[in-house]
Amino acid sequence: MAVQTAETAPPAAAIPVLGPAFKDALIAGLIALGLFGPLIGFETVIIDGALGLAYRPSLLAIMVGIIFFGRLLLNLTLWSPNRKPSTHTGPTLFDRAGTFIGPGVKPALLAFAVLFPAIAIFSLGGLNESRYLIDLGILILTYVMLGWGLNIVVGLAGLLDLGYVAFYAVGAYTYALLATSAPINDFFAGLFGATFWANWAFWICLPMAGIFAGVWGMILGFPVLRLRGDYLAIVTLAFGEIIRLVLINWVDFTNGGAGIASIPRATFFGIPFNAGPDGFAALFGLPFSPMHRIVFLYFVILALALLTAFVTVRLRRLPVGRAWEALREDEIACRSLGINTTTTKLSAFATGAMFGGFAGCFFAVRAGFVSPESFTFDVSAMILAIVVLGGMGSQIGVAVAAAVMMGGMEMLRNLGFLTQIFGNDFDPSLYRMLIFGFAMVAIMVWKPRGLVSTRDPTIFLKERKAVSGDLVKEGHG
Amino acid sequence: MSETLTATTPALATPARTDAPMLQVRGVKTFYGNIMALRGVDVDVYKGEIVTLIGSNGAGKSTLMMTIFGQPRPREGSILFEGRDITQVPTHEIAHLKIAQSPEGRRIFPRMSVFENLQMGAAVDGFAHFDADLEKVFVLFPRLKERINQRGGTLSGGEQQMLAIGRALMSRPRLLMLDEPSLGLAPLVVRQIFDAIRELNRTEGLTVFLVEQNAFHALKLAHRGYVLVNGAITLSGEGRELLERPEVRAAYLEGGAH
Repeated sequence: MAVQTAETAPPAAAIPVLGPAFKDALIAGLIALGLFGPLIGFETVIIDGALGLAYRPSLLAIMVGIIFFGRLLLNLTLWSPNRKPSTHTGPTLFDRAGTFIGPGVKPALLAFAVLFPAIAIFSLGGLNESRYLIDLGILILTYVMLGWGLNIVVGLAGLLDLGYVAFYAVGAYTYALLATSAPINDFFAGLFGATFWANWAFWICLPMAGIFAGVWGMILGFPVLRLRGDYLAIVTLAFGEIIRLVLINWVDFTNGGAGIASIPRATFFGIPFNAGPDGFAALFGLPFSPMHRIVFLYFVILALALLTAFVTVRLRRLPVGRAWEALREDEIACRSLGINTTTTKLSAFATGAMFGGFAGCFFAVRAGFVSPESFTFDVSAMILAIVVLGGMGSQIGVAVAAAVMMGGMEMLRNLGFLTQIFGNDFDPSLYRMLIFGFAMVAIMVWKPRGLVSTRDPTIFLKERKAVSGDLVKEGHG
Repeated sequence: MSETLTATTPALATPARTDAPMLQVRGVKTFYGNIMALRGVDVDVYKGEIVTLIGSNGAGKSTLMMTIFGQPRPREGSILFEGRDITQVPTHEIAHLKIAQSPEGRRIFPRMSVFENLQMGAAVDGFAHFDADLEKVFVLFPRLKERINQRGGTLSGGEQQMLAIGRALMSRPRLLMLDEPSLGLAPLVVRQIFDAIRELNRTEGLTVFLVEQNAFHALKLAHRGYVLVNGAITLSGEGRELLERPEVRAAYLEGGAH
């Protein structure tokens, strides 16, 4: 209806709107009634030990009413045949806003991230009260880092990886197994003292977790070198599941589904966060609080995430990063330009995996406990969703998407006020996934290339010129 | 079955060359599964020449081009570049031997800027002569300079073709291989691009191997030409001489000379 162009539409001939709109809405309402009647109208309840039916006419009426009036409203406004379809060229409002606030947004976000613990502590009036917010900050930053790590593989090199959680798991288990290993502990106890390994394990294992995960990235990379797109996605998906199943079933090594507990906690570069005389609080003359460790962990993950971003930005300007992006655009052209696609792909897998390993190591030290249940496909899907929604290849988009997704999911837990509208039985957290799904669909409809779709060239001859990514429909992506 | 014109018409014969050809394709047979796409092709390209390969759709022109670049590999035959057997050399290493290719369908990087596309071309050369080469490409295709910070995907078809050729030139090639540079372009743009190729050949002695469907323009431009039919070379000779041949006129030029 609305796709009529200006040429074919009769000039100013108003088409009757209200009648058809009403009819259409009525039909939609009837269909909704038919569908929702059995689905929402009845509820099975147990009455005196037997199954019985309860009726929910008011809820049914509300739902059908939403459909009817919503459809009517759309028919009269957006879908009205008299409405001139707006055609506009040039950057969209979103892109213009991005160009306008663009230069300031990164420093502002960075400053907010650095000051976040202080803001949380002061606004909530104390260290202990701010625990929830800072924990949430740690969670978001973990996903920001994972998103940036996967962004190297998916966003830059264009290799769809559905098994990224495998590297997260490798990093976490590297730390968990090494830090709890008795022989290593005894070895270092003999050399440097009894508490050396417990105090330094994290800082020694962090690079090792990255290296191990990177090696696993290459191990995954070899068999999938010839694959692209859907086929690659399936194999990486399987790889993620294999790692998890090995962790469950190799009980002697990984302790199976029971997981590994009492992993040594993070230390302030060798100084433990405890109440003892050698602890962090005593050395710095502060009253002891378990929150010191949490705040410190926040800064550790912030530093790790920034390291990921920094390395990615630098790599993009180096030949290897340029080769990743070229690989995403056109593999055949890459080869004919003399780029070794084998090493390029492997380096992308290894680099992405390495940052996943760092994040996994951090996860293990924060939780103090790892089990295969933490590394399910859901995590891979969530990280991939963050990368896709944020805009593939865009650092800032991925960060915003991670904050919105993880933060948004948490916020939905706290919609307590809704119980005042829908009654005390209403549990908003049950609708989290529904709202989450709607949000994802909405972003993909309005911003099909993600929140930040503009790719900044890494080099300019004279001055930068903003060309919206939306204009580049040709080719890939 | 390969008929060599130079043998039948000695008056127009190319002076017999004593040097070895720069690119020597001998008896190359390429298969797609069980289908033989190339049935034993012999092609020579000498230093400083423009050689064109013409043929209709599905004759195997692009297959020959890709086979020289090692994708797919020939099942039989050999390919020598400057005396070195490159039949089994990996594609990316062939590029390091200074053979540059502008593949069929341009294959520029659409989301990267024109500048970045050109940089990718210079990767083989190690950026040693980047600025000078960039200037040379801009002299050849001034349009690219105007579009330097624009994304490759936003260029017009002709500009994309210029970018593909420019990108190939950034590697300082000894042999430039072009696959259908005139495909889908307006006649005026085709002339621009062919003029540029001629210019490169005349001023710098660049060796060019040109695969074309646009037989009229290609044969007018080229020193020598080969006609490929159903995976085999049926005719070869000087470009202008081939233009006069009735078989060539009937098959590729009637109504097509524009």
